[in-house]
Amino acid sequence: MYEYASGKQDWLAAGLPTEGRTASWPRAGTVAREDAPTCRLTERLGDVAERTRQAGWDVCVVVNEVGVVMGLLRAEQLEGEQEARVEAVMRPGPSTFRPHVPIAEMAQLMIEHDLGAVPVTTGDGVLVGVLRREDAARAALAWRREHGEEHEHG
Amino acid sequence: MPRSIERDEVRKLLDQGVQLVEVLPQEEFDEEHLPGAINIPLRRIDEEARRRLDPSRPVVVYCWDDP
Repeated sequence: MYEYASGKQDWLAAGLPTEGRTASWPRAGTVAREDAPTCRLTERLGDVAERTRQAGWDVCVVVNEVGVVMGLLRAEQLEGEQEARVEAVMRPGPSTFRPHVPIAEMAQLMIEHDLGAVPVTTGDGVLVGVLRREDAARAALAWRREHGEEHEHG
Repeated sequence: MPRSIERDEVRKLLDQGVQLVEVLPQEEFDEEHLPGAINIPLRRIDEEARRRLDPSRPVVVYCWDDP
């Protein structure tokens, strides 16, 4: 007999497959973009800013060697001193969200708190992707149109 | 006393056909559960475990998180 002590919340936070009535609902992890730009602490800000711009983003996630989120560079930081190292200008310890959060909940939260883009991570802090507010709102709206608002609340 | 295991070991055991038991209430189980899990709510575990589980195969139990 074994006990999975970290339980269902750990499984969901890792974005692993599930079964059940709400298992197919769109979540933060399924809508987040996996191609969001990332960089390392020691990179030169100018190089990162250029790469981020060319990829069509205005946010870059700072990760360590195993993909754990260390910080965030938003537009304001990306426009900073271009010769500086990322670690000197990034916003450390940004708020992150778990992959299993329903997309309607994410959209509402991002609108209420005026968040343009947020990192989605596993419970271990490993980056899954970046969720953009417009993507979250679009997915939530499409879901409501298709399934009816009552499903959002189970 | 059950041995505590982490996610990676659960995944390995799932591939080996372990019996996975969610002990949360039925409502929460119906909403979402781990693949292949069955539901035996904690308050019914004494009466149902013997009837529903195969004693020859390993069992993993889980709830929401650490109690």
